[in-house]
Amino acid sequence: MKPQTIFDKIWDRHTVKKYSSGECLIYIDRHLVHEVTSPQAFEGLRKNKRKVRQPNLTLAVPDHNVPTTNRNLKITDDESRIQVETLLKNCKDFKIPFFSINDERQGIVHIIGPEQGFTLPGTTLVCGDSHTSTHGAFGSLAFGIGTSEVEHVLSTQTLITKPAKNYLIDFYGSLGKGVTSKDIILDLIGKIGTAGGTGYVFEYSGNVIENLSIEERMTICNMSIEAGARAGLINPDEKTFAYLKDKPLSPKNKSWDEATSFWRKLKSDNGADYDKTLRIDASKIEPQVTWGTSPEDVIGINSRIPDPQKFKTEEKRKSAERSLRYMGLKPGELISDVKIDTVFIGSCTNGRIEDLRKAANILKGRKINDGIRAFVVPGSGLVKKQAEIEGLNKIFTEAGFEWRDPGCSMCLAMNADKLQPNERCASTSNRNFEGRQGRGGRTHLVSPEMAAAAAIKGKIFDVRKV
Amino acid sequence: MEKFTVLNGPAAPIELSNVDTDMIIPKQFLKTIKREGLRKGLFYEMRFDNEANLINSFILNKKPFDNAKILISYDNFGCGSSREHAPWALLDFGIKAIIAKSFADIFYNNCFKNGILPIKLDGNQIEKIINQIQSGKVNLEVNLLEQKISSTNINFSFEIDSYKKDRLINGLDDIDLTLKDINFITKYEIKNLENWLVPEHNHE
Repeated sequence: MKPQTIFDKIWDRHTVKKYSSGECLIYIDRHLVHEVTSPQAFEGLRKNKRKVRQPNLTLAVPDHNVPTTNRNLKITDDESRIQVETLLKNCKDFKIPFFSINDERQGIVHIIGPEQGFTLPGTTLVCGDSHTSTHGAFGSLAFGIGTSEVEHVLSTQTLITKPAKNYLIDFYGSLGKGVTSKDIILDLIGKIGTAGGTGYVFEYSGNVIENLSIEERMTICNMSIEAGARAGLINPDEKTFAYLKDKPLSPKNKSWDEATSFWRKLKSDNGADYDKTLRIDASKIEPQVTWGTSPEDVIGINSRIPDPQKFKTEEKRKSAERSLRYMGLKPGELISDVKIDTVFIGSCTNGRIEDLRKAANILKGRKINDGIRAFVVPGSGLVKKQAEIEGLNKIFTEAGFEWRDPGCSMCLAMNADKLQPNERCASTSNRNFEGRQGRGGRTHLVSPEMAAAAAIKGKIFDVRKV
Repeated sequence: MEKFTVLNGPAAPIELSNVDTDMIIPKQFLKTIKREGLRKGLFYEMRFDNEANLINSFILNKKPFDNAKILISYDNFGCGSSREHAPWALLDFGIKAIIAKSFADIFYNNCFKNGILPIKLDGNQIEKIINQIQSGKVNLEVNLLEQKISSTNINFSFEIDSYKKDRLINGLDDIDLTLKDINFITKYEIKNLENWLVPEHNHE
């Protein structure tokens, strides 16, 4: 048989029907649902008197719109509260399993899926959220969909879509000290651009990827969408299986054995064909910081802010000028001279226990700079609980951070956590778009370690020198 | 869904690459539980200042582009979040076609689900259209049946997937189509939905 990539294997297994146009009807094994992109889908089901085909393959949680303080009280913002209540009502009406806002299992969809063992290798997984690519870290073909597709999956457990092309990205060498998986993915996006992956599914491979923990792999897959890729995949290995063993929703007993024997065959075959291949020497990657308003506007910590005049096309020049104007930065300035006002640690990119441990490790026994507003938003209630068991919350609060309740928070600033105009933030989230963290807010994307360093120094600072 | 055949009207150039969905519809408008009424939020931070006054210099605030039916832009239009509020807001404003050098994947799919036609053209063709608009000839005709874009000096053809075209022209609903294949789905589930794939939930 022709050697196949992991993407090809998952795709073939999930093809229910092929249409003459080349589109396929694909079966969906896992559907994560949250409050922002689902209400109109449920409304559509009701209007057309349709049912949810497989409630048990679905899991819902409010995350985007939830407050990160005073969780025992009613949500004060009426619209947010209605959205959260609507999700709960929809789940009850359609018998979909859900975690309510005060359940300790509540958290960001892309944190709780893996945490609960809902995310499994070899599955197709979708969610009305672009960062669904996160789950690719387990060898799950996982991608974001719109609300119409949410409705399509709820009622048919399938999607109509075309196969993507295979893009192998191989990281060799060894990561330098203080360089994280966040830096790997930012560096990649800087190299290939935010449309570099359009039409492709990435497969991340190489010894660098194999040596990463599951949490670190999730950070990389999470931002695949920022390079335009449909999804990002990593071949599952023994680390993956160990992570999933005994998780609440992971298969048990005989089912576990059947699952793992299937998962072991998922890995891309030797000699499989890729439409595109890129090899990157990971030892050359430095801690990364974004300077502009697109994740591709990224440089190493020792670099200077680029001069738009040196960009190749008129379009790129204009866009860089616009970015610098928005960010209030000048070409030639050292990125490490940029002072910040705020630090945000959290999000589906970097809100897992390991991220908090790494940031706390830098902050231990230190204080944040005068005047800096800094807060940590754990990715889930269970991450929060674990961090408190380990005493990480004390390290954060003693350093001057606020310790919050779980949710998406200032990654997209739908709740009360937002930047003021011109407020500058070192953020562990995934998007530095204009207005993303609040109108006029200025975002610099960094790793959790770099965010901790920035908090201590009050400016963008090389974590290796703290 | 409304059928899409021929569209005629003002085309507004948004001369940027990477127009993201946060730009198209900022987060504060995502709190709705309805699809309608998002016109106000379209390009909100570019259309309105901090005091909610119209920013007159922004293209969609100028006549005749305040009645734009078509947008023209550069690379990677609609990148970022999967929010379908972006096409809903465009539709609510009256925009039914977008011409760009390239589109982000999820946004591209979301357009078709809402009767919006996204069209890919090359950079030269886009420049020609923008030049013509800037010279005062702002109207374009988009003919999906013939796969053509035309105006006084312009006559370009474009590619589109036959299945997607058919659904737009006939205003077909994807779910209705898929439900006709429900037997295929049932058969698939009997064969492939193994025990390990079905989680045992323990919820409230």
